[in-house]
Amino acid sequence: SKLSSVFSLSLSLYPVIELNHHVISVVPESGLLIILGFILGGIVWGADKAQTFKLLPPTFFYYLLPQIILDASYFMPNKLFFSNLGSILIYAIFGTCWNAATVGLSLWGCYEAGVMGNLDIGLLQFLLFGSLIAAVDPVAVIAVFEEVHVNEVLFILVFGESLLNDGVTVVLYNVFDAFVALGGPRIDAEEIFKGIFSFVVVAFGGSFLGVVFAVLLSLLTRCTKHIQIIEAGFVFVVGYLAYLTADMLSLSAILSVTFCGICCQKYVNANMDEKSVTTVRHAMKVLANGSETMIFVFLGITAIDTEIWVWNTGFILLTLLFVFIYRIIGVFLLTWMLNKFRLVPIEVIDQVVMSYGGLRGAVAYGLAAMLDKDKIPEKNLIISTTLIVVYFTVILQGITMKPLVQWLKVKRAAHADLKLIEKLNNRAFDHILSAVEDICGRIGDNWWTRGWNRFEENYISWLLMKPKARKNRDYLFSIFHKLNLEDAVNYVSEGERQGSLAFIRSDEVANVDFKKQFGSEFTDVMPDIMVDMSNYELGIENFSVTSIVKDTIPSVSLDIHGKDRKNVADDINAHHLLQQHLYRSRKNHRHKFSRSHFSINQSEDEVQEIFQRTMRSRLESFKSAKMGVNPAKKITKHHKKDLTHKMANGHPDGTDHLYGDEEVEGLSMFLSCLIEAGIENPVFLPAMDSPTHSSLPWLMETDAVAPSQRAQWRLLWTPNRLRRLAPMRVSTCSTDSFLMADLEEHEEKPQTDHEEEM
Amino acid sequence: MGSTNSTLLKIPNVEVLMQETGFSPAHIIRLHDRFKALDKEGRGHLCPHDFGAIKELAMNPIGDRIIGAFFSPGKETVDFHTFVKILAHFRPVDKDRPKEPNSPEPINSRSNKLKFAFQLYDQDKDGKISRDELLQVLRAMLGMQVTDEQLESIADRTIQEADLDRDDTISFEEFRKSLEKINIDHKMSIRFLR
Repeated sequence: SKLSSVFSLSLSLYPVIELNHHVISVVPESGLLIILGFILGGIVWGADKAQTFKLLPPTFFYYLLPQIILDASYFMPNKLFFSNLGSILIYAIFGTCWNAATVGLSLWGCYEAGVMGNLDIGLLQFLLFGSLIAAVDPVAVIAVFEEVHVNEVLFILVFGESLLNDGVTVVLYNVFDAFVALGGPRIDAEEIFKGIFSFVVVAFGGSFLGVVFAVLLSLLTRCTKHIQIIEAGFVFVVGYLAYLTADMLSLSAILSVTFCGICCQKYVNANMDEKSVTTVRHAMKVLANGSETMIFVFLGITAIDTEIWVWNTGFILLTLLFVFIYRIIGVFLLTWMLNKFRLVPIEVIDQVVMSYGGLRGAVAYGLAAMLDKDKIPEKNLIISTTLIVVYFTVILQGITMKPLVQWLKVKRAAHADLKLIEKLNNRAFDHILSAVEDICGRIGDNWWTRGWNRFEENYISWLLMKPKARKNRDYLFSIFHKLNLEDAVNYVSEGERQGSLAFIRSDEVANVDFKKQFGSEFTDVMPDIMVDMSNYELGIENFSVTSIVKDTIPSVSLDIHGKDRKNVADDINAHHLLQQHLYRSRKNHRHKFSRSHFSINQSEDEVQEIFQRTMRSRLESFKSAKMGVNPAKKITKHHKKDLTHKMANGHPDGTDHLYGDEEVEGLSMFLSCLIEAGIENPVFLPAMDSPTHSSLPWLMETDAVAPSQRAQWRLLWTPNRLRRLAPMRVSTCSTDSFLMADLEEHEEKPQTDHEEEM
Repeated sequence: MGSTNSTLLKIPNVEVLMQETGFSPAHIIRLHDRFKALDKEGRGHLCPHDFGAIKELAMNPIGDRIIGAFFSPGKETVDFHTFVKILAHFRPVDKDRPKEPNSPEPINSRSNKLKFAFQLYDQDKDGKISRDELLQVLRAMLGMQVTDEQLESIADRTIQEADLDRDDTISFEEFRKSLEKINIDHKMSIRFLR
């Protein structure tokens, strides 16, 4: 009940802090929470004259930490993580060992030199202290880096390191703990060897266990079609189970949960019903945020306790100094070595941020609090020092991190007043560079990654993903599906009105969450579509432009009001426009992980917008090319996998290209599969510019003009078309006329469970 | 090392290629692997849709233009040589290269890098960026929120700044001149192609 009262108290004060955004942008939330903890602790101490609220290690390790790690791993950008895994491991393993060794040894050296006065402490205990203070803390890192937007590689390096170094920390801690228990003289090579061996077991064992649980979880969600309501719970239960099991077996629990989350996300997201996915995400964020809040508040409260404070100036100051310095040295050394092997070297600025971002947090405190007072008489000193280090890093380094980053960036950018053409070209060069990097296969499109992708696609997904989810993995498929959903929905609603379609639309049709369903590689690109059916009040008679041009693609913001703005050709204005609206390239920081947001952020909107435009222009140029080609090919059904190759791509400005037969067939197959699965004609794309009444394009039987959306509507409802469509199989399809002609010779395709798919 | 040599031998005219582009054997092999990976049907040359299959390019606003830059006018295929030569534009500049008076400019010189970028704008290859071409690029690179009038005003301003001979187009020389403050070597180089 004490726990719950602190919990409620701190959570209720949380929004107060949130309200003051100005404060938040200067002091990171975590810092404020610690200060809040100080206040609360003061209140409690004032009342009880003793600190009755303490952060007990079991509470922390079993009730507060697991969900934070699960949250971090569940939302981990996998591609980024695995492509930098080598570097992350180097930092996590060698970096942490380096930190532990150097800090421990230096402190011992200083002790021997007499700087710290009289303490009942020995080399082994110094090393033990070193090992617990060495680890960079994931909770603190997330909390601080959330405010500071750094580039994604840098973020993943620090973040990944903070997650993976638990393996090392746990081992070192346990090894030195055991050594301390044994006593100095009994340590020999055998013991040291056992220590190293235990590292291997703990780290790999923990990771492996995590993977096992990820498999278990994926299989579970694969089979939960009929109990969708409790699907979401499995994620948390199995995640927690992974943590506990690993802990029970004395393996690294954090690693276990980390790998469980990382490995399962793809399959779980694919298998679960979209409502469950949303539930899981929201719940996960709630739990993680709540736990983080509590942790920091408790860290503050714990300070207000006269019992634990032992002040030894030398020890504390030296610890702070060494922790800081050795982190910097360690990072620079390791990066220097890594840059020899990395494809994209890590820059000096990033290294500075990385060293500065080596924050210690609650994990260190938890480990310190778990020390045995009998074996380690100076436990209180250690706890005090740990707390001070935590406060220093979280509050001070947290506050100064953002200004530091900005100062560094500003220093680098040397922003003279650039002319428009320079600004434009700067951005163009960024895009060009990104594109060429992608063409070159910057990640190393080597045998290993390709082999793994093939293996994963064929075997692992077969095992762990629902067959339906597997079928829907084709990303291109899904983009067009999404682009045309509104058309489908419009068509359906109109059809119902007209009574020309003999089926009943279910509500499910509109609420497909593409992000979940198709986002195997493009989780950030797939938008959430929630089409509000009530928006469609269309009768054949009263077509109004706005009802169609209405912003039904949530992510593409067609600013209708913008057209009314009469802008004077102002120099400042043009610069401002460029500043605001130039699409950002990969270099310009697309922050991918956030504690409090998982929904689409602005840069993801941009990405979607770009993607849609590219796809549209490709399709349109394909279409214009196809006009001249006789579509007499028989459309046969092909396995989806082949389709990824046979995607048509348009030459940028619609210059003539002669599409070989194979490509026409490829696209026909592609289009037919879209239709077959109940997807609409991709030709039905919303027009980019506002449709015009005047030319009545629908009356022209030739599709010389890419029909505007309105026109395409009309196309359907001329009496001829209606009749043609009626005998077609019952579906939500709107079909293109010339493809229709082909399909008539083709036998009735089985109506796949497209209703369920939608 | 034996396998490296044998792979190198399989590539026709690889010596000439290395000479022209300045790539090391290791890079050539790496690019060859990449070429083969892109050429999924093993035809020995690439088509636009092979590039189109690179998903990240679809998320690049000028991705399709860049794909187009690989294909010489009239050709629909890219062989390995052309592939490598185009990519050679992005090698970092060799600062210590001795300046031989009669040798042709290396592909990755500052001027050639700029020419590559210029080509992306100048789609009709008349040596000048017309107002329309600039509008197209601007449209591609700016979000949907920008209206057509705003776009046109930006284009007009841009041409005004760069156009020195007042012919309402940007020639290559004007282009080069307007970008002299920018560190092209840095902005148009991929480090791992050194």
